[in-house]
Amino acid sequence: MQAIDQKLLRDFKRLWIQAVAIALILACGVAILLTSVGMYNALSETRDAYYERNRFADVFAHATRAPLSLLSEIEQIDGVLSAEARISGYAILDIAHRTRTAVGHIISLPETSDPVLNVPLVVTGRLPDPASTYEVVVNAPFADAHGFGPGDSFSANLKGQKRELVITGTVLSPEFIYTIGPGALMPDDAAFGIIWMSERAAAAAFDMTGAFNDVSLALSAGMRPEPVTDALDTLLENYGGLGAYGRDIQTSDAFLDAEINQLRGMSMILPPIFFGIAAFLVSMVMSRIIALERSEIGLLKAIGYSNTEICLHYLMLAGLIAVVGVIVGWIAGTVLAQSTAAQYAEFFNFPYVIFRVSYWVYALAGLAGLATTSLGATQAALKAARLAPAIAMQPPAPPRFKRSFIDDAMARMQLTQSSVMILRSLLRWPLRSFLTSLGLALAVASVIAATFINDALDEIVDLAFYQTNRQDAMLLFSDDVPEIAVQDVRNLPGVLQAESQQVHAAILRHGHLSKRTVVESRRPGSDLSRVLDTDGVQLDVPPGGIVLSNRLASHLDVEPGDHLDVEFLTGQRETFSLRVTGLVKIHFGLGAYMDFEAMNILFRQAPRVSTVNITLDENEMDALHAVIKETPRITGIVEMDENRRSFQNTIEENIVVMNSIYIAVAVLITVGVTYNAARIQLSERARELASLRILGFGKGDVSYILIGEMMLIALIAQPFGWAIGAYIAHLMSTSFTSDLYAIPLVLKPATFSLASLVVLGAALGSVMIVRRRLDRLDLVSVMKTRE
Amino acid sequence: MAEVIFRTEGITKVYETGDVKVFALAGVDLALYKGELTVLLGPSGSGKSTLLNILGGLDHATDGRVWFEDTELTDMSDRGLTKYRRDHVGFVFQFYNLVPSLTARENVQLVTDVSPDPMPAEEALQLVGLEKRMDHFPSEMSGGEQQRVAIARAIAKRPQILLCDEPTGALDSTTGVQVLEVLRDINERFGTTTVVITHNAEIQRMAHRVIFFQDGKISKTVVNKTQLAPSEIAW
Repeated sequence: MQAIDQKLLRDFKRLWIQAVAIALILACGVAILLTSVGMYNALSETRDAYYERNRFADVFAHATRAPLSLLSEIEQIDGVLSAEARISGYAILDIAHRTRTAVGHIISLPETSDPVLNVPLVVTGRLPDPASTYEVVVNAPFADAHGFGPGDSFSANLKGQKRELVITGTVLSPEFIYTIGPGALMPDDAAFGIIWMSERAAAAAFDMTGAFNDVSLALSAGMRPEPVTDALDTLLENYGGLGAYGRDIQTSDAFLDAEINQLRGMSMILPPIFFGIAAFLVSMVMSRIIALERSEIGLLKAIGYSNTEICLHYLMLAGLIAVVGVIVGWIAGTVLAQSTAAQYAEFFNFPYVIFRVSYWVYALAGLAGLATTSLGATQAALKAARLAPAIAMQPPAPPRFKRSFIDDAMARMQLTQSSVMILRSLLRWPLRSFLTSLGLALAVASVIAATFINDALDEIVDLAFYQTNRQDAMLLFSDDVPEIAVQDVRNLPGVLQAESQQVHAAILRHGHLSKRTVVESRRPGSDLSRVLDTDGVQLDVPPGGIVLSNRLASHLDVEPGDHLDVEFLTGQRETFSLRVTGLVKIHFGLGAYMDFEAMNILFRQAPRVSTVNITLDENEMDALHAVIKETPRITGIVEMDENRRSFQNTIEENIVVMNSIYIAVAVLITVGVTYNAARIQLSERARELASLRILGFGKGDVSYILIGEMMLIALIAQPFGWAIGAYIAHLMSTSFTSDLYAIPLVLKPATFSLASLVVLGAALGSVMIVRRRLDRLDLVSVMKTRE
Repeated sequence: MAEVIFRTEGITKVYETGDVKVFALAGVDLALYKGELTVLLGPSGSGKSTLLNILGGLDHATDGRVWFEDTELTDMSDRGLTKYRRDHVGFVFQFYNLVPSLTARENVQLVTDVSPDPMPAEEALQLVGLEKRMDHFPSEMSGGEQQRVAIARAIAKRPQILLCDEPTGALDSTTGVQVLEVLRDINERFGTTTVVITHNAEIQRMAHRVIFFQDGKISKTVVNKTQLAPSEIAW
């Protein structure tokens, strides 16, 4: 090993704490890049493989009742590769040992062949016998939630007929990677199950012999879904077609897609921040090393080392830091990606996860790490190479300070000399002060970006469950029923209040913009499920008007006063032009609301209801569920408390993990930035601070200068951190918002305070570590060494 | 005979580097007198600076005892030494050690802010002939001017003792003489006991007392009956 390489290793050993502090920040960037790109790949590859192997359909449509003979016409549509007709419907389930009802989504399996599309993947047992009228398979998460296996049974209320169903196996399906029950806001595997039964059994149950009400199509490669959905709509028009749609509206795929997009966003936003900070720290530390080693550089040149060799020598020091950071990042990233993949596999019902972080991702992360540190070190290394040997051997001139307008201000404030030293040093190196401050501001922002979600979720829960949906439960009917049924509901055990609600699927159009959603209507003054305007005041929709949620309105580019076309997908599929009379704020779904009477008039019908909102007497719940299980027309009950709990549990698990990670990251950034900055301060000022000690300043007085400057920078960073944090929170709120849900931007003072406390605390801790060195400063030897 | 201000008894200072023991001071008995200007002469490594550091409360002796007037410095705590330096000692170093971010005036104020009975910073700077350069930063001054600021900073607290380690070491002879003039002037005007370390044998001619060092010990002490003015010294 050459002497200059020995020097390299010894320099690295001497600087190891600073090197590790930088390497860890770099490792964060590498790990997050690996995890997010790895997860993004894993999730999208798994999805693609699963969709392909199990032939997930491209287009879906529902109808009231279409003859099987229509299927061949559907197959003839241009671009359709294959089509499969099914019978699907909902049923209330009665599960032994469960007093509460559960809802089953029943889907038929073809009688004469294996399924062509949306092929269920058998996890245990076997598919039902096509001739059997009682054998079923259920989705594995539902089976797990109830401890079901092949041979177990439960009963279902199929159109008024209570039938005992025997489980022959459990399956997973590409159609139900994310399962959410009708009317529910969150997945609940115990309350909602998917049940596949033979076509014969389903036809009997739903009175569909020779007919179907659900069709899926696979399209030929490269075919856009729109022409096909249009053609399909035309064919289904006379059979109560509810509007065909592509994968983008299919619930499971839409949720999965939203998640994959989030991962992509994360891989684009976060790693560059970490790489940037690491580059800055490397640059700061390298400049200092080169300032300290000035005379050595002169010496190396004097004895014949070339500029390139010297430049490389310092770049290699940065390279060593990068190597440590990249290796730690690779290991952490692999572990993190694997555990996240496992979490995803559990949250989404994938039969397998193709987790393969390709070598190019590792290579990319490694290269990014190396490039970052080299970039940071380049300027300093070039400066070293450019030093003329004769000049390098002489001590550097003292740093230049000039009087400025700030000096007059400081004089007026009668600051002590120590405070003047702090302020002048900040102003003397404004870029360095700014970048240090920016690093700490990013740490503050990181905490805000993570913790604002807590408050956002509190607001979501408050608005969804305490302000708008105040009912204890929603009863869902299989078809709309005359409003008189509400009276029957009131007579059910435990029901205290009952209110009508009508729901229709519709496509809203404004110019070239359109959106598929549901239009809800309630009687004016409804107390349980309420429509609130943007100020939180209850709003009754005037007859003839329509009220939209903010997001839906901005999607359609309409404002109150504009007209839009509403094509109802139910009834006669009529289109009406309605005036937008107001906007409301909701976080789940894309709401559209009408007056109850006005809706009945549009549909030319006596008042009908699709769901009834009820409040309940807790003590009579068991009796209520027992009755519902026997009531054929009720296809489901959505309990709001269960929904809220499920929502909060799911979110809480993720939030706790996410918050801990982000706070750890913020602490890491703060320690990396502050420790390095303070060490450099100490190294630059050792002589100055030692002089002060000799002049009779105590240890406290002297450390005030070091701690004061660092903490002042940390304080200055706070408002910037708040602003950046608020901006990132805004970006997150926008990017996480989809048609399915919205994350509101809620920023409370407590969020800012927490972020500042974490960062100021970590900064103080780091600078106190450096202060210990200051206390141990050997006055005599410091004074003897010439800079 | 003047009053003794410093007294040492058999002080030694040993630096241990690995297995090697280096005796920087090997038993020094010394007395310095109030109001005198003493020059410590000797080659590099003879122990002059080590002695000065111990007298100034920057370092502890390995063995032996040190008194400043009636106060024993030998085992004084760190805090005690800080107070001792603050109240009684002024230092002047070869490399000035000014704070680059403070102007001349502010560098002096560093000391006047923490001393019990200081002279105004402006007065101290006037004494060293820098009344017109008070608002300049160190980077805007010559070496001699910087050293004079350092002296002004040392004397502004009206110290009883002024310890100078090679104060002219980094200066050319004309500037060096100016600095020595200032030191002598302070010594005469305020009666400040002044100790000057130097390599430069010529400087001994301005001292009341000259102590020669060799290998960590005092080799001889000379008392000058007459002192030359710095301007009469040339090197």
